[in-house]
Amino acid sequence: MTNTGVDQRATPLPPGTKAPDFELPWTPDQTVSLAELRGQPVILAFYPADWSPVCSDQMALYQEVLPEFEKFNAELLGISVDGVWSHLAFAKDRNLHFPLLADFEPKGEVARAYHVYRANVGTSERALYVIDTDGIVRWSYVSPVSVNPGADGILRALENLRKKGAS
Amino acid sequence: MSTTEWEAVLTMPVAEDRDHIQGPAEAAVTLVEYGDYECPYCGAAYPIIKQVQARMGERLRFVFRNFPITTSHPHAEQAAEAAEAAAAQGRFWQMHDLLYENQQRLRDQDLRAYAEQLGLDLKLFDRELADHVHAERVREDFMSGVRSGVNGTPTFYINGVRHDDSYEIETLLAALEQAAAQDRGTG
Repeated sequence: MTNTGVDQRATPLPPGTKAPDFELPWTPDQTVSLAELRGQPVILAFYPADWSPVCSDQMALYQEVLPEFEKFNAELLGISVDGVWSHLAFAKDRNLHFPLLADFEPKGEVARAYHVYRANVGTSERALYVIDTDGIVRWSYVSPVSVNPGADGILRALENLRKKGAS
Repeated sequence: MSTTEWEAVLTMPVAEDRDHIQGPAEAAVTLVEYGDYECPYCGAAYPIIKQVQARMGERLRFVFRNFPITTSHPHAEQAAEAAEAAAAQGRFWQMHDLLYENQQRLRDQDLRAYAEQLGLDLKLFDRELADHVHAERVREDFMSGVRSGVNGTPTFYINGVRHDDSYEIETLLAALEQAAAQDRGTG
């Protein structure tokens, strides 16, 4: 995956792909791994940076929609290349009550594994993944960096997961 | 406010017996706003909507739905519930306007003062706010917005399709007039 220009968006891992495992810190002494969340749907929200206006709106929206995600027993994880101290300050300032993972060292390694790293600017794309209970990617989407993708796509993907699980 | 790759359309149709509506049901154009009373951008849009309504008159139907983002705006939810409590007493738009004209003053005592100013039954108003009688309605508005692709406030829908352009008066008016012309063409 190469990004030749700022406007060109990466192609995320397609549905059906095994989601690459990772273990990342979200506080100075706590980490989250994808493997430990097996058995519940996981929403990965890659975003370029703490503090930038669009990111903040997006994360504030997800905080509001969190109870809906929880109805699907889904775990929401925000991920950016910021360090844990930035994440902690950002979460506190914006009243965010879900983990923000620090893809900080080696920088952007998880974003690269998910094909959403923008090497020319050193941050991730604004990308969404919904991963099923078996750790398989079921939906992925890359938004233009300046556009808040909203939550409707995530909710639709979670509903589709539930339908498949029930049939 | 912005383009995504799936079509963003209004998933909960406007209903005359549910929604807060200004303008006739048979108007050529329906403009739906998802807004937050504490959001400064919504505050900026408020006089623009008034101008658009004045210019389009009976050709426009305007609908307001709640989209409070409480993590950023601590008073937005209570303000939305206050507007709904006013609606329960037949004064939705009067309260809506007072809230947008006084965006910096949305504490509980301010909301109560507006209720008093509008001549509402204060006992009923206080009880409904304390018991969060209208929280469910506000949440229903909010979720209908989420499902329709609202990603920030204000977000507008023109005849059911998200308006992804600016809401500066000339841009918004042009989009509304275009929708009105299309309505004439097909109707």
